[in-house]
Amino acid sequence: MTAIELANQLKARFGDLLAAPVEFRGEVTLKLADAGRIAEVCEFAKKSLGFDMLLDLSSVDNYGDDPRWTVVYELYGMGHHCHLRLKTDVSEEKSELPTVTGVWRTADWHEREAYDMMGVRFRGHPDLRRILMWDGYPYFPLRKDFPLAGKPTEMPDIAFTKPAPLEGGPFVTVAGGKDTIAREPRVRVSESDAK
Amino acid sequence: MANTTDFGYDSKIEGDIVVTRVDAAVNWFRKNSLWPMPMGLACCAIELMAAGASRFDISRFGSEVMRFSPRQSDVMIVAGTVTYKMALAVRRIYDQMPEPKWVIAMGACASTGGMYRSYAVLQGVDNILPVDVYVAGCPPRPEALLDALIKLQNKIQKEPVLAT
Repeated sequence: MTAIELANQLKARFGDLLAAPVEFRGEVTLKLADAGRIAEVCEFAKKSLGFDMLLDLSSVDNYGDDPRWTVVYELYGMGHHCHLRLKTDVSEEKSELPTVTGVWRTADWHEREAYDMMGVRFRGHPDLRRILMWDGYPYFPLRKDFPLAGKPTEMPDIAFTKPAPLEGGPFVTVAGGKDTIAREPRVRVSESDAK
Repeated sequence: MANTTDFGYDSKIEGDIVVTRVDAAVNWFRKNSLWPMPMGLACCAIELMAAGASRFDISRFGSEVMRFSPRQSDVMIVAGTVTYKMALAVRRIYDQMPEPKWVIAMGACASTGGMYRSYAVLQGVDNILPVDVYVAGCPPRPEALLDALIKLQNKIQKEPVLAT
């Protein structure tokens, strides 16, 4: 049993809902057209195709495109040692899709992280709270329109944030310098040199 | 007492008397038993542990008693990256420490935020605490921490106690 055969079995069950399997460098990806049926597809993949392990669940921000979000599921079977990737798009207006915690319990924290960082909600999740940032933080920091330096927030007695000084970038370097001192401007113009 | 004397001191114990100021004596007591509050938040904490272990042996400078209760500690060693989520917890533990208290910011992250120019990281623990000694390094060697401790001891020795 190979991953491509399993992907074809999954496609045979759901028909047009799934695009044809794409194989790239030995990894098989399936695209699901309707995010609302992801739990159903995952249920079948686990119960009938032996994908008993959810390796990872992540989210992608296709900023400027529609639909904006892509949620990616990495499936693995401990019995047949095959890996399968499921992708599904979610529009920004909706920003919601069904949870797969009913299929794999490990999805609980993965989905909380995706919600915390990207703001995609998982319908039916038992405990959809933030997991890394604190409750009440108003932004979703992994979105492409969120500045790397951060935005100021204030929650008295809980947490505060201030934008970080970036000096034009997180790592300011000048290419082509002979040594580290020439390549890193912040090192080059130190206070002792300026005087 | 068979031998009474008119002098103000007993010659037998004359050699054991040290004449000094109260400030100097109190500071001397304080600086030689600085009990650290190990605020280990990231990889710097590993170097802090090394400083406490046999090779570097922080007990040579009277700071071997790592206290995990802020009520019993004198110096908070902030060793590692302070995230905003952790920041107020760090501040709260500092507030729970009894006076007199000092803070060592160990490593680039605790001093300035280090390489984490990020939405999630406090850009230097001196935004929320008064820091006495900053230690450079990512992470600093245990020797650097011991040097910071000695610098802090020198600072404590010069502090006024009664004249405030």
